[in-house]
Amino acid sequence: MSFNWSKFSAPLAFYPVAGKMIPWFSVAAALTIAAGLYVGLLIAPTDFQQGDSYRIIFVHVPAAWMSMFLYVVMAVWAGVGMGLNARLSFMMAQAIAPTGAMFTFLALLTGAMWGKPTWGAWWVWDARLTSELILLFQYAGVMLLRTSIDDMRRADRASGVCALVGVVNIPIIYYSVQWWNTLHQGASVSMTAAPKMATLMLVAMLLMTFGFWMYSIAVVLGRVRCVILERENLLAWNKPSPAPEVAEAQS
Amino acid sequence: MYWGSVGEFLAMGGYGLYVWTSFIVTALCMVWEVLALWRRRAAAVAESRGIL
Amino acid sequence: MSRPGLWDAVRGVVRRDLMLAMRRPSDVAMSVFFLVIVASLFPLGVGPEPAVLKTIAAGVLWVAALLACLLSLGRVFTADYLDGVLEQMVLIAQPLPVLVVGKVFAHWVVSGLPVVVLSPFLGLQFGLDGEALWTLVLSLLLGTPTLSMIGAIGAALVLGVRGSGLLVALLVLPLYVPVLIFGAGAVTGSMAGVGGEANLSLLGACLVLSLFFAPWATAAGLRIALE
Repeated sequence: MSFNWSKFSAPLAFYPVAGKMIPWFSVAAALTIAAGLYVGLLIAPTDFQQGDSYRIIFVHVPAAWMSMFLYVVMAVWAGVGMGLNARLSFMMAQAIAPTGAMFTFLALLTGAMWGKPTWGAWWVWDARLTSELILLFQYAGVMLLRTSIDDMRRADRASGVCALVGVVNIPIIYYSVQWWNTLHQGASVSMTAAPKMATLMLVAMLLMTFGFWMYSIAVVLGRVRCVILERENLLAWNKPSPAPEVAEAQS
Repeated sequence: MYWGSVGEFLAMGGYGLYVWTSFIVTALCMVWEVLALWRRRAAAVAESRGIL
Repeated sequence: MSRPGLWDAVRGVVRRDLMLAMRRPSDVAMSVFFLVIVASLFPLGVGPEPAVLKTIAAGVLWVAALLACLLSLGRVFTADYLDGVLEQMVLIAQPLPVLVVGKVFAHWVVSGLPVVVLSPFLGLQFGLDGEALWTLVLSLLLGTPTLSMIGAIGAALVLGVRGSGLLVALLVLPLYVPVLIFGAGAVTGSMAGVGGEANLSLLGACLVLSLFFAPWATAAGLRIALE
């Protein structure tokens, strides 16, 4: 007998499930980030060409990958919401956007911190940096569109369309270093070819990326619980609250 | 351990400013995000209580 | 009497919009004057040095055209939205994306085509000549319809929302950036002697892509706005 997943598509049913998942992802995030920092900052050797400034990749690359990955996931949730007419999917998209925007900002900031000693400039208008900057504007557009529209249903769908239309930028960011001869370095890790990075550096980077991913899941689940509560507050009076603390007080 | 001393570790081969700014700002943003969510949840729960 | 076909419906939409625009020639004039004013601001700000102006000409003229298009987006759907005609368009049996193409085409004739026609004169003011001038016109001819099509998506999403003027700019500018890069790049390429063909073909590709995908997104946005 297959498990009935669809019963979790109701926001109120998903609320406690998300609550139980958060501690696991938080612990996973804390452990892998700690391990990544240990290997990256304390054990990994210095880079022959760039010196110790290269260590910024241990936050820059995970942040950049998460910024792109979270945008795609957000767009997927928006698409699912529009296809299945499911409120929870839209709530997930709403919950992802701020975290994605934060990682985009961090990718740009840490990138500038790395660019200054390496290229001599805080900012260059090359393809990858510019398209990552545009990604930040896209996150801002999706979030601002939602807050500007009062009707919740219209806000969900409009910002969903906005997110989906903007997905076209993600492959541009990713492949920009191949399509244009740019200052930003090319891919150092690929699925098939042997990585060009020393093993310890690679391990640290993968640990940090995985850690950021676990962190994102924990934070997004926490935020979607807030969104569920807020939306229920808007709708409900005299109904049991999804938050167990409040529901107990009511009963 | 790659580093010989705490001083070397903090200096990061001369790039200490850039490296540590990156890591500290990243950490601050992530901590801030979690705290902001904490507050948001408290506000939402309080409003739930207030409604009933 | 036979049911009107799709082509009749589109022609009807285009003709109606063009007739309405003809009754308000200020719309055409606004785009033109805005373009001239913005393009004139740069020599005033940067200094009249011909060499400098020639260097910035491609970018300035393209940005001015882009801003003119952005400002005109408020007029694509708003009038019809306010008097209920848009609802009728969504409800009739003709496919909405095709009608959208018709509306955006009419909008481009009124707001974008004057920009294309005026651009060589502005180009001359910036010291462009010969092939560069021709590339400028061609790039705008390919680019401004693309900008209108992409802009229509934003215009549909923010219909009736407060603060929509700035919001539509934020939504649409990220998508405008490739068009701007290719358009200005075509002109600078032809000035540098490498020719603008590569960038012009990329512009053409953007136009074709936008003609295929933007109407769908715009129609979705319109339905969402009218629910």
